Amino acid sequence: MESLLTSILGTNLLTTVIYCALPLVFVLTYALIAVLGEVKISAWMQDRLGPMRTGPWGIIQPLADVLKLLQKEDITPSASDKFLFNLAPFVTFMGSYAAFAAVPFSSQYIGASLDLGIFYVFAVGSIGVVGLMMAGWSSNNKYSMYGAMRSVAQIVSYEVPAAMALMIIVIYTGTLNLQDIIVAQGGGIWNWFVFGGPKADVVLASGRELQASWANLVFLPLFLATFVMYYVSALAETNRTPFDIPEAESELVSGYHTEYSGMKFAMFFMAEYANMFLVSVVASIAFFGGWQSPYGTTIGALVGVPWLSPVEEFLWLAFKGFFFVFVMIWLRWTLPRLRVDQLMYMCWKVLIPFSFGIALVVGFLVMIM
Amino acid sequence: MADLKENIAEHIESGRLKTDELILHMGPQHPSTHGVLRLELVLDGEIVVKVIPHLGYLHRCFEKHAEAMTYPQVIPYTDRLDYLASMNNNHGYVLAVERMLGIELPERVEYIRVIMAELQRIASHLVAVGTYGLDIGAFTPFLYLFRDREYILDIFEKTCGARLLYNYFWVGGLSHDVHTGFEKEVGDFVKYFRPTLTEVNTLLNYNKIFVQRTANVGVLPADVAISYGCSGPMLRGSGVDFDLRRDDPYSIYDRFDWKVIVGDGEVGTLGDCWDRNMVRMKEMAVSCDIIEQALASFPEGDVTTALPKRIRPPKGAEQYARVENPRGELGFYVVSDGTANPFRVKCRAPGFVNLSVIDEISQGHLISDLVAILGSIDIVLGEIDR
Repeated sequence: MESLLTSILGTNLLTTVIYCALPLVFVLTYALIAVLGEVKISAWMQDRLGPMRTGPWGIIQPLADVLKLLQKEDITPSASDKFLFNLAPFVTFMGSYAAFAAVPFSSQYIGASLDLGIFYVFAVGSIGVVGLMMAGWSSNNKYSMYGAMRSVAQIVSYEVPAAMALMIIVIYTGTLNLQDIIVAQGGGIWNWFVFGGPKADVVLASGRELQASWANLVFLPLFLATFVMYYVSALAETNRTPFDIPEAESELVSGYHTEYSGMKFAMFFMAEYANMFLVSVVASIAFFGGWQSPYGTTIGALVGVPWLSPVEEFLWLAFKGFFFVFVMIWLRWTLPRLRVDQLMYMCWKVLIPFSFGIALVVGFLVMIM
Repeated sequence: MADLKENIAEHIESGRLKTDELILHMGPQHPSTHGVLRLELVLDGEIVVKVIPHLGYLHRCFEKHAEAMTYPQVIPYTDRLDYLASMNNNHGYVLAVERMLGIELPERVEYIRVIMAELQRIASHLVAVGTYGLDIGAFTPFLYLFRDREYILDIFEKTCGARLLYNYFWVGGLSHDVHTGFEKEVGDFVKYFRPTLTEVNTLLNYNKIFVQRTANVGVLPADVAISYGCSGPMLRGSGVDFDLRRDDPYSIYDRFDWKVIVGDGEVGTLGDCWDRNMVRMKEMAVSCDIIEQALASFPEGDVTTALPKRIRPPKGAEQYARVENPRGELGFYVVSDGTANPFRVKCRAPGFVNLSVIDEISQGHLISDLVAILGSIDIVLGEIDR
């Protein structure tokens, strides 16, 4: 992908900018689709039709929403800390967007193939928390403050089990490189980590050989539990129901972004949706083979059209990501909300001990196998 | 240095760093205060220390207004008290005036009134349970319940032309007879409605998260409930077996075979939020029982025969009539001075009395619990502020 762009445009700043902006284009389109999905899926779940007036079946409603937000008055409360108040949405969005740099969208397209991929995604993703705290504090509003406090407590806590869950995969593969983790799951649906990981030896992208056999089936229950743990933590990290405590509408109006309007609100909104997709994509990379197709190869490779394979791979990743986003939407419109103390109980007394337990068992099995 | 030490010592109390209390105004514009209630919360972190409800944002001088109206003209004003249960409000007021005039009602009127009041009770409880789910964070059951409420409102609309404020019960009768096909529609609705109660139970009331959020929260012991004068599902949720339809019979409730629902602390402590909510759920089924029995013996007849030409209760006549509103004991105290206008109308609103207990039962709980408690009280600001 990079070489293709370079061959067309040459090596200059423009090429780099285009290369970096590609995920942004993707995230923006995705956000529009996800917003439409959210309103339509919730409508169908609730015996409603949802938006029907803008375009056929209301499919351009998200565009209308964006236009509306663009026209809204950009309010900065007079008692707020103006600098921080205006900076916060950008910090939050930057946090979730920057993480996409290390996400391999296909075997050919990855912003930065870092050897510390997982570490980078987690570290950069956490920057968003700073933005939330800034927003809550600078708004000078008690509801925002409560929302921000809850939000930070929740996200910081749930990063531990989420990271532990991914560490379990890292213990097995021995690499933090996301591309390597995907390559390790090649060759068919049964090689995905959620089904116990590779069943035959694989050569990773970095050239290292990963030894594996059908004995890996012992990992199946462990990795399956790990996936569930990761997904639950991911829900909490993205402030989605049943963990939408920071924005609990019936309690805190809308949490840290109570005072925001117009495009600054849209930035928070987009950051939330980008984050949802990010954790979904990480879930599909770590447990569901990333851009690997379930049948182990691509149609492009079968019919001998080389440019088709990366496109297919991208579609597979997008499909998996969207599926997990769909599950999040599904849960949101089904479940009630937990309470703060119950949320913390769940994290520190259930998920973290279990994740450490599984990590121990996996580590032991990897050593003896 | 000594100053600083003193300062620190002042802020440390029994080994715990003492922090200031925070005052948070919840409402009057807030998603879960069910209207324009303002709660002044004194908070220690997220823990509620004190709740002070501030009322009056919806005050409309109902009682003073009533003195300037003739007796029938007051009925539309009662619609607007508890706007989710207008039929029941009408019932309480016309009952008081009828007793002052000593009117005997035709059989058919009594039957229609009972069916309407029970349908209204179901409609009101549907909103209560639905918005309670909303307070806890479950959005979808709310819309399912509102969908079912629509069927009831459609029946009301066909009968009296209005969907929310009916002015249907008149002194000595009704504004109209029911529409053709009323019996079949109500019967069909009851048949359709019973299974949806099970659906809501599985989706919401026995959901693990919902139980965790509401069980053992806001426990209202029976003695506290009685001493505060709570009534309706608030009182029965605490295990007190008291229902005006049975204990101070009015209309024809004594002809039907039904039982009073009381809370039993099924998943938590007796008198917690879950119990109050569950009492409402079960009462809907009981209302269905009453409606079915009433439909089975629904008499024919004229509903206008007892309508008085001239409504002037004798001078000095006074009457307190109370009915079991979906929210509790709704009482109207009417005094006559012999003219066409009532001398005094006093309304005892159940929501107002029930709300007074909130400070007592929410101390020491979290903000999230306060929302759950407020939702379980099921207030309607229209009758609280009057």
